[in-house]
Amino acid sequence: MAEVGAASLAPAARNPLGRWLVYALLTGFAAFYLVPLLVVVLNSVRTAQDIGATSVIGWPRELALDNFSRAWGSYCIAQSCTGIAPYMWNSFLLVVPATVISTLLGALNGYSVALWRFRGDNWVFGLVTLGVFLPEQMKLIPWALVLRDLGLTNTISGLVLIHVVQGISFTTLFCRNYYVAIPAELLKAARIDGAGYFRIFWRIVLPLSPPILIVTVIWQFTHIWNEFIYGVTFTSGTQQPVTAALIALSVSVSEAPQYGVQSAAVLLAALPTLLVYLFGGKYFLRGLTAGAVK
Amino acid sequence: MSALVIRGVRKRFGGQEVLKGIDIGAESGEFVVLVGPSGCGKSTLLNIVAGLEQPDAGDVEIAGRVVTRVPPKDRDIAMVFQSYALYPTMTVRQNITFGMECRGVPKRQQAEAVARTARLLQIEALLDRKPSQLSGGQRQRVAMGRALVRDPLLFLFDEPLSNLDAKLRVEMRMEIKQLHRRIGATMVYVTHDQIEAMTMATRIAVMHQGEVQQFADPDTVYNRPANLFVARFMGAPPMNTVSARLVGGENPVAVIGAGRPDEIRLPLPAEGGPPPDWRDREVVLGIRPEAIAEAERRFGQDPGSFSTVEAPVEMTEPTGAETIVMMRLGGEPVLGRVAPDVRPPVGGAARFAVDTRRICLFDPATERLIA
Repeated sequence: MAEVGAASLAPAARNPLGRWLVYALLTGFAAFYLVPLLVVVLNSVRTAQDIGATSVIGWPRELALDNFSRAWGSYCIAQSCTGIAPYMWNSFLLVVPATVISTLLGALNGYSVALWRFRGDNWVFGLVTLGVFLPEQMKLIPWALVLRDLGLTNTISGLVLIHVVQGISFTTLFCRNYYVAIPAELLKAARIDGAGYFRIFWRIVLPLSPPILIVTVIWQFTHIWNEFIYGVTFTSGTQQPVTAALIALSVSVSEAPQYGVQSAAVLLAALPTLLVYLFGGKYFLRGLTAGAVK
Repeated sequence: MSALVIRGVRKRFGGQEVLKGIDIGAESGEFVVLVGPSGCGKSTLLNIVAGLEQPDAGDVEIAGRVVTRVPPKDRDIAMVFQSYALYPTMTVRQNITFGMECRGVPKRQQAEAVARTARLLQIEALLDRKPSQLSGGQRQRVAMGRALVRDPLLFLFDEPLSNLDAKLRVEMRMEIKQLHRRIGATMVYVTHDQIEAMTMATRIAVMHQGEVQQFADPDTVYNRPANLFVARFMGAPPMNTVSARLVGGENPVAVIGAGRPDEIRLPLPAEGGPPPDWRDREVVLGIRPEAIAEAERRFGQDPGSFSTVEAPVEMTEPTGAETIVMMRLGGEPVLGRVAPDVRPPVGGAARFAVDTRRICLFDPATERLIA
């Protein structure tokens, strides 16, 4: 892979003008992609008067860092002036159990379909991964009925249930594709040694799994943290995750739009996934290819 | 007592019948080798003995107990795999004790068993390493250790040496053979390497296309192959097989290339010759390359046990230990093995001694051994 890349870059390296063209083009694309983020970052430190006097696009005249503290702790969202802090906490209460449970179930599922043969195993795998391709909107009404019948409407537990079930498709797919690379002889040896289904999983397969578990955890964490439709549909008021609360925050009509505070709130809400990416990103890329190169 | 009996075992994968009724067994303390080309069903048969696969029909009996429906862990067997199948995240010690851990053997007993096995295989220094820190030969030893620590009724080996380089393979071959002699356990060993089969086995089962072609001791398999497949599979280079015609009455003669100016007449031994109804019929004549040597060689005391022929030499291959000569007998290509210092001129003719006692005759239609 590296050699192919080097070979295809070689002509540009010999031609400095061509290389600068490539860099300029890439920088242009990167800038284009980052402009929305830049606007949000700039607005997060601008005052409401400043934005009102000019427009949402512009450089800050003075640094209004209290936007962040207001967004975090005192800004009013739907009549309760608590900032986004309690909603961030809601999101944590939602995302941590949903990520852990869906990852463990995905590992167990992936282990079963990758390493054990049973009647209809390919059908089970096919049906489970079908969930990857189903749009969320399609499942809103079924979930509404399920939550109502279970008495979990407008609870964080209800959202945990949804994200665990929805997440199993992805986590199973990830883990299964990683586990198929485990040699069959390893399992045969373990069966002759007298290990059963769970002991083989716990003592042999799980210790081999950290690369793929890191990938699944990062994927599930960012996905569930950023998820919006279920949150806004099935919870309201103090039960909402932060993504749903951000919307409530933007529709407070009592005063002039507070773009500065809202931008600060958006940045705070994006922080956890950003940190997960910064600390786990290299494992993410490594884990995605770990099964392939063995 | 029979340590292992395999009775009428059949197995089908999809539309393909990979085992077509296998009947073999092993006496206590025997070293049985299943040998055959890839795809002959030998590994499937071993997996069935281990309980990792279920036969469609037939039974497996270990030490007098029918175990066909018994799971692998309750068969009291140990197995060594081609890839060694060491648990990558465990140390060598944990690899060896994992089976005992599963069976709930007390810790102290585990430690004693590990110490004993490690001493036997001289792997004491490796016990705290991970498999990835071991060389191929060391991994092989650890895999053996994991099997030996059990003291099972039956050891199963699935091509355990084929991932090793040539030199190490020969060393480990001798080591396994010595080990077998020392502990006297019953072993079933799968390989595609006929030299491993010849050197290690007390009995060889030659398999081809899901059937046992011959099940006998190595000398019989080598010298009296049951059919042309066995004759051509065992031995390197393999047995020469040429068409010939049997002529004459009481003491028949095999004629290679009958009617040609360079026809070769080989007198057949008086005892153990072909049945009378084969006189004056076409057969396939088989003769091992080492039964064709330079003319000065004497095979046996009896002058009637060999005859001398003249044959054109097409090629010579000096291997150091001997010279392999490709010649033509009655027009048919044949290999002979002469002394290393003998180098018959290529393109000319030379005289060779043929050990006629070692001629095998096969039915050209059924390919079975006649005499």
